[in-house]
Amino acid sequence: MGSTNSTLSKIPNVEELMRETGFSPAHIVRLYDRFESLDKEKTGHLRPEDFGAINRQDTVDFHSFVRILAHFRPAENNRPRDPSLPEPVNSRISKLKFAFQLYDLDKDGKISRAELLQVLRSMMEMQVTEEQLESIADRTIQEADLDRDDAISFEEFRKSLEKVNIDHKMSIRFLR
Amino acid sequence: MQPDSCSRGFMERGFLLLVVLMFLEGTVFPLGAASSPDISAPDGAGGHERNDDHRGIDNYTFPKKAFPVLSLDYGHIQMPFEISLWVLLASLMKLGFHLIPRLSGIVPESCLLIVVGLLVGGLIKLAGEEVPPVLDSKLFFLCLLPPIILDAGYFLPIRPFMENIGTILMFAVIGTLWNAFFVGGLLFAVCQIEGTHLSQVELLPCLLFGSIISAVDPVAVLAVFEEIHINELLHILVFGESLLNDAVTVVLYHLFEEYSGAGEVTLMDAFLGVICFLIVSLGGVAVGAIYGILAAFTSRFTSHTRVIEPLFVFVYSYMAYLSAEMFHLSGIMALIACGAVTRPYVEANISHKSHTTIKYFLKMWSSVSETLIFIFLGVATVAGPHAWNWTFVSVTVILCLVSRVIGVVGLTFIINKFRIVKLTTKDQFIVAYGGLRGAIAFSLGYLLDKDHFPMRTMFLTAIITEIFFTVFVQGMTIKPLVDLLAVKKKQEAKRSINEEIHTQFLDHLLTGIEDICGHYGHHHWKDKLNRFNKKYIKKCLIAGERYKEPQLIAFYHKMEFKQAIELVESGGGVKMPAAMPLQVSMQNIQPKKQPPMAADRALPQFTKNREEEIRKILRSNLQKTRQRLRSYNRHTLVADPYEDGWSEYMLKKQRMIELEKKMTQMSNYLTVPAAPSDSPTMRRARLASDPNAFYTIKAPPGNVPTIQVELASPQSPDSVNLVDEFSKKGGSSQKNTDDRKEEQGRMMKPPSAGKGGKGEEEEEEEEGENKNPGLLRCLSDPGPSNEDEEDEPFLP
Repeated sequence: MGSTNSTLSKIPNVEELMRETGFSPAHIVRLYDRFESLDKEKTGHLRPEDFGAINRQDTVDFHSFVRILAHFRPAENNRPRDPSLPEPVNSRISKLKFAFQLYDLDKDGKISRAELLQVLRSMMEMQVTEEQLESIADRTIQEADLDRDDAISFEEFRKSLEKVNIDHKMSIRFLR
Repeated sequence: MQPDSCSRGFMERGFLLLVVLMFLEGTVFPLGAASSPDISAPDGAGGHERNDDHRGIDNYTFPKKAFPVLSLDYGHIQMPFEISLWVLLASLMKLGFHLIPRLSGIVPESCLLIVVGLLVGGLIKLAGEEVPPVLDSKLFFLCLLPPIILDAGYFLPIRPFMENIGTILMFAVIGTLWNAFFVGGLLFAVCQIEGTHLSQVELLPCLLFGSIISAVDPVAVLAVFEEIHINELLHILVFGESLLNDAVTVVLYHLFEEYSGAGEVTLMDAFLGVICFLIVSLGGVAVGAIYGILAAFTSRFTSHTRVIEPLFVFVYSYMAYLSAEMFHLSGIMALIACGAVTRPYVEANISHKSHTTIKYFLKMWSSVSETLIFIFLGVATVAGPHAWNWTFVSVTVILCLVSRVIGVVGLTFIINKFRIVKLTTKDQFIVAYGGLRGAIAFSLGYLLDKDHFPMRTMFLTAIITEIFFTVFVQGMTIKPLVDLLAVKKKQEAKRSINEEIHTQFLDHLLTGIEDICGHYGHHHWKDKLNRFNKKYIKKCLIAGERYKEPQLIAFYHKMEFKQAIELVESGGGVKMPAAMPLQVSMQNIQPKKQPPMAADRALPQFTKNREEEIRKILRSNLQKTRQRLRSYNRHTLVADPYEDGWSEYMLKKQRMIELEKKMTQMSNYLTVPAAPSDSPTMRRARLASDPNAFYTIKAPPGNVPTIQVELASPQSPDSVNLVDEFSKKGGSSQKNTDDRKEEQGRMMKPPSAGKGGKGEEEEEEEEGENKNPGLLRCLSDPGPSNEDEEDEPFLP
């Protein structure tokens, strides 16, 4: 516990971080250790080269690191949520929003066909032809697109995934 | 429902029931007579023998008997005849139950079958014959059980199984151990009580009994859970537990049986038992996996002998089971492992028809097996020597229930600490209540040696009572309870491509996140396994270039194919989605974004590249289908649920093709006669029996169907277009080169079905029902001439 406290004191604004993300002090410390091991140059920031970027920012400091990972905490359904508090970071909606943001590269609130194609391309790893990708993208948009604007908004995205157990899929037990 | 059709249906049902009952009567005597071979020796054969003997001894004085024109020789065919008779009885029973709709809704099939077995056994006994020992352990374990387990293993939904493997193993291993010791120990304690007169029952036989009766039975679970359509998680939990507890049961059974004679089990024996358990379970899985890989490897080379492809799957799996049983490993686990390992690779290699064959055969065999097992249970109940002991039996039943509940609750408490999606109380109740015992327990009890276990008959009685209790009481009440508790039911809708894409995407994402956290979790290992699979295994086991195909593409093709089939089956007429989607897809396809117009619009223009692409996509989509079975409900052999509002994409593509065909080959087409001269059934029959008949249909001259891109009102003109497009494709094959012909050969299936469907459309105005069994038969059975066309690579 002693080391925990000393590590905690090194991190600025740690209470606010804990409150925002819901992580326990032990978790924060664990993540900090991990962050430091990833941050090979000890700059206090992680660059895409450090782990082969997962999000849009060029660098990630510890707070963002923790915030992003907070999305993957297993959700707690039992605790009745206080409606005055903001939506917890690891609720289903937040997780879905996070996933949506990964698709929506230009951040216009919609997944356009081009963005979808890009995601598909990166997932398929060059094993399929462009035409097949386009067919799949067309089909995907057709299925999900309810308001016929040829793009998938967040609502449509959420609706198309309502049968999938997002809580299960986007949770890592480690971060409980 | 009209009153006359109702009464007609009633009469038909009554007639069939009468036939069934007469048949029952008729079968009683041969089946009963089977057990007493002396009586069944017919006169003719005996007469023959006597004649020959006499003739041999005394050639001259014996008068020549008249040449027997007709003689009866039952002994000659006795064994196969009886077997066939039983199978026929079982199948007729299955037919009969579905004729009485209310009954099959209330009472699960397994109960009805046991009752039938009781009836048959009773009839045999009444007839004075000795009831044959039908549930012989050898017959059961070697013939009746494997098909059911193979069916379960082959169609096991791997993903939910693996996701919950920890929970399943906990229930299977620790739950069964707990049950066995709890029941056995407490039974022994009860037996020691003065008033029960059971003091001669020692500890070890009690524990043996406990281990026999504590195992949840896969057959019973399958039979009952199938009908209640519970959600996937609970189904896989209970079912997985019933499969995996076989290893525990095997070890405990052998352990206690071995040492019952010696009278004690030392700590060393217990330790050896644990080792034995590991060997039994892991060894069984290993044996199954080896045979599975062999089967997959063999299937790589079967491209020229498609007809025997299913045989490899069946024989390798059966051999896996037998090999495991030879070493006293867990045969069930071997079979499951074999089926699960074989399936992904074999399915990529074999033809569509072989896949259908495997599916149908497995379902058929497992269905018959299950029916037979339950009937035999009934017969064996009547037959077996019974030693009823109120105390023993009632205590057994109560203890089994109690131990199951305590076990499930206790284990769930521990398991929930490790699960992300926790098991609620409702889930726990269903898991506990669904722990049915079945024929495996009975057969294991039957195997007991009479000399070593003098109380064998009492055990058997208790086992049978327990089985009856669980199957009847729990089986019948679980359905209303599920409804009462509003337990989540199975989701019937199939996966959309959105879900597939996003799920895969999330998998990738989670793997990355886990890497970042430095946490080697679920996704990490799954990803590693997938990579290993792709890199090494698929290359060895999958023929041709197919191993490179990513899962998403396969899924996409499956969906498209399914849609094409649905489209064709309904003749394109009945279930047409709204006009709006048409516009969207039109825009997607056309390079020039022309606004969609009304019916009198000119033919749309598109580039050659686009045509080519569409044609290629269509050709590849209409190739082999790999229908992924999403749920293993035995009653749905046709695993293609109809989508509610399909996208127009396929229709658009086909329309494009027909349009470009029209442009290039105006004069060389064969069309289906617009007004059918013969009834659709006849035409379907003709086409189904001889696909080549398609080529001989001449177009009535001057019958040029107008092709209109009708967007607003997709009614029967579209169906004409669709079918004509196919027919034109077929017609053009005679002029084109051979490789086109191959494609046409494959395209035969939809056209023949489509024509039949279209004919039906025209005959009867507008059918609300678009499920047409005739079409499906056409589709799945195009005839032997198409055998050679299956060799096209999956990806164009």
